Parts: sequence; C-alpha cells; structure tokens
Amino acid sequence: MINTKDILETIEMLTSENLDVRTVTMGISLLDCIDPDPDKACQKIYDKITTKAAHLVEEVDKIAADYGIPIINKRISVTPIAMLLGAAPDADPVQYAKTLDAAAKKVGVNFIGGFGALVHKGFSSGDERLIRSIPRALAETDIVCSSVNIGSTKSGLNMDAVRLMGQVVRDTAEATKDNMCMGAAKLVVFCNAPEDNPFMAGAFHGVGEPDCVIHVGVSGPGAVRAALAKLPKDAPLDQVAELIKKTAFKITRLGQLVANLASQALGVPAGIIDLSLAPTPAIGDSVAHILEGMGLEGCGSCGTTAALAMLNDAVKKGGVMASNHVGGLSGAFIPVSEDDGMIKAATCGSLTLEKLEAMTAVCSVGIDMVVIPGDTTAEVISALIADEAAIGMVNSKTTAVRVIPAIGHKAGDVLDFGGLLGYAPIMPISKYAPDVFIHRGGRVPAPMQALKN
Amino acid sequence: MKAVITVIGMDCVGVIAKISSLCSQMNINIEDVTQSIMQDMFCMIMLVDLSKCNVSQAQVREAFAQAGQELKMQVTVTRQEVFSAMHEI
Repeated sequence: MINTKDILETIEMLTSENLDVRTVTMGISLLDCIDPDPDKACQKIYDKITTKAAHLVEEVDKIAADYGIPIINKRISVTPIAMLLGAAPDADPVQYAKTLDAAAKKVGVNFIGGFGALVHKGFSSGDERLIRSIPRALAETDIVCSSVNIGSTKSGLNMDAVRLMGQVVRDTAEATKDNMCMGAAKLVVFCNAPEDNPFMAGAFHGVGEPDCVIHVGVSGPGAVRAALAKLPKDAPLDQVAELIKKTAFKITRLGQLVANLASQALGVPAGIIDLSLAPTPAIGDSVAHILEGMGLEGCGSCGTTAALAMLNDAVKKGGVMASNHVGGLSGAFIPVSEDDGMIKAATCGSLTLEKLEAMTAVCSVGIDMVVIPGDTTAEVISALIADEAAIGMVNSKTTAVRVIPAIGHKAGDVLDFGGLLGYAPIMPISKYAPDVFIHRGGRVPAPMQALKN
Repeated sequence: MKAVITVIGMDCVGVIAKISSLCSQMNINIEDVTQSIMQDMFCMIMLVDLSKCNVSQAQVREAFAQAGQELKMQVTVTRQEVFSAMHEI
C-alpha cells in the first residue's frame, strides 16, 4: 500500500488546495471540411465536430467520477477557420462561428476555440475577412473563442495585422458592451502561438496536428502555494525551486493519467500535457500568492519578475519528466481577473500594467485578462500588442494580449465576468499616442538569433 | 480495480463500523486498513477492491459522501492509480 503521508498529501491537494485537471481539450482538424459553398462547409463542420466529440463530455465526466479527480473543463479546438474561408470567397465568416457555437453546445463542451487566423507574415485570402468579422462573431455567439497570431521569431511582426487587431479588440468590446465587454475576454492576439494549446481563449488545432487528438491542461497553484507554506522563511531559493519541481511533477502526473485514460476511452491519440499553473478566482488558487509566499509583500513589487522566472522554470522542469509529451503554453499563467491575488494586487496598486509587461518576459503567456479604460484608443491597444509581441519574438517564446477595454466604464470601476474568468479593476494605461508608429504598418523584420545581448 | 477510502475528521463512535458496513453492502472487499490520530483528527485510510462491487461508481461515491455527512467527517474515494501516478516514478 502507498504510504499514508503520500495518500494524505494527495487528498489534501484534491480537497482543500484546489488541485484539478483544468481542461481536457479535443483538437479536431477541419481541413477536410473545406468547401466553396459555405452552407456545405458549415454542415461538414457541424457533422465532424458532433461526431468526433459526441462522447467527449460523457467519457471525461466518467473518468472524473470513477477516479475521484476533479476535471473542470471539456473543450474543443479546431483548425483556424480562416483556412476554410480561403476557398469560399463570398462566405460570411460569422456563419462559421455560429456553426462552431451550435456544434459545441450540442456536444456540451464549455468552449470551442479556433475562430482565428495565422497572419504572422501576411494575410492570405480568408484571413482579413475573418479578422474583420471577429467583433460580430464573438457578439453573436456564446462559447466561441478567437485567436490571431500576428508575429513569430522566425518571421517578425506583421504590423498591418497589429494595427488591425487593436481596432478589432476595441470593436469586440464595443459590440458586447452590454455584457461586460465579454467578447474581448474571448479574443487573444498571439506571437509564436502554439499549435497544440488546450487553454482558452487561445486554443486552436494547428495544421501539423493529427486529425483528432486529446490535449490536457493541468492546474494547481493552490497545491504549490500550500507546499511552499511548509518551508521555513529562511529556506534558500534552491530549496524553494526543488519543492516547486516536486509539486509540479505530482500535478503533471495526474494530468498524464487523465490524458491516458481519456485517450483510451475515446479512441483518440493523446497529444500533449500543458504544464501550466492556471489560477482561478477561488481563494488560495493563485499564482500571485505563490510569488508572495516566496517572500514578496505584494505581487508586483520589485523581485516579482525574478520570483516568477524561477517559478516558471521549476514548473517546467518538474513537469517535463512527469509527462510523455509536453506542449501548449506550459508555465505559470498570470491572468489578472482570474487570479485572486492578482486582483487584490491590481486593486491596491502594487501591480501595474508596466510590471505585468515585464513579468510576461518570463512567464508562459502575456498580458492576460487585463481590463483597461474604455476610452483607450485602438492605436494604444495595437501598440500594447506590438510591445508584447516584440517580447515574444525576441525571446523565442509565446506571448499574448487579452485585454478588455471597459466601454462605458471609468478607472476604479470593476468588470465582473463571472465563473473562471473572474473580475478585475480597470488598470490605467499610458495615454501618450503611439499613432504614427502604429499607422506605419509593414513588418518588423525577424530578429537576430545570434549576438544575443 | 482498487481504490483508497479516506475518512478524516473529529473522532466519533462507529466510524469504522459505518464505513465497513457500507463496503459490505456494496460487495466491496477491504484489503487493508490503517488509522491514526493526527492533531486530534481521526484519520483512516482503507484500501479496497471494487472489482466485485454490485453498484455503479457514481452510487459508491454518493453512498460514501452521504456517510461523510452523517459522520460530519470528510470521506473521499480515490482510485489507487491516482496515488501511483503521483508518488511513484
């Protein structure tokens, strides 16, 4: 029998430290649904999703019940829809979004991702039409998520797309202003987007992926925080890193177990485990609290970037050995509205947007779930996207921007999205105009891969 | 198909009797039991075999959850594979 200490540690993690498997995401290729007739294409999409994912929710819920493992979300990611639009020049992209919404609701998943485009080097025929339709698509659907990749380390930044996305983010918030600007919470702008990410809103099914695959995203900031709390205050940082690695290993093994079981039950190959610490607004399930547990008075203070860098690295080192294949975003997430500690830090002023930007250079994603004033111009949003994408491009890592312009609200107000998306105060952003820079368009050339100083 | 039942909470009369009689009703074989008192908390860990269980997993879970409520203790049922995955290399 496994020793008592290990059993009790696991039960404690599962019951009071919010350890869970955050998502089981089925990736489905829609490349075989391409059709010049949009009605036929949408029918093929609907049929393929509702066939492949017919038993996804049922089987995953059964695994959760049989094994006693909380599995929070069941999701679907699909081929970026812009790739299907190229063949249908007269199609309305929103029809495709509504089809995804209907298919996802039919099979009972929480979200479906992939209403997006990959435009890091330029627009192909369906890309720009899809991007311009995003505000309407996200306003007229409920559980569709959208992502656009505007840059990569190998190709540089597509600044025409950056300029366009600033406007699209703003328009998406405008289109959903009666619903907490929710549309913008379902839209991510990426640099170096991973093709196998199971997490929303940025999940899509890349073209290099198999026809159908199961990815799993783990969670567990609460378990890491609880483990850290048992270390003495004067324990050196290498002991802290070691403890995080060990905890990440255990968390990830749980994810791998679920991936194996889900793959077997659904007859679909297991893809990757995303080794992420994904916080929730629940008390104690916070990445900010881990950083504070390392010895910072408040998340956002000097030292936060260093602490986060170590956390991010230790999570990967622990998780890599625990899983067969690693992918997705893999690291510590720092979404402001989804993290109890981040919300408090942003509210009291210890965490600013500028510090968040610095933190994104060492964490797994980027400026995530940040609410900005409703009068922020499209150019400022574009420039924020450009800054964030530049960090990703130069450092060969994924970065992303998911900001919510709080249309009709002023600084100090709070937007409450509900559920896992949480709530957040409006964070101030520089009002100095970057308009001329953004209006130049064109491309930022790919960076040097040597002479790295 | 083995599972670990844990019972944690303030000690009271009849804990083991209640849990083991539930096991017996559902034809769940108890293979090993350890118990201890940690910081005034009663803590029992039971290794059971579910392979001949005569009800569904959902019913097993429900029955133990209800027993937990009656005893005012936390009762969990977790498959052994979870612990093996997390604690064995």
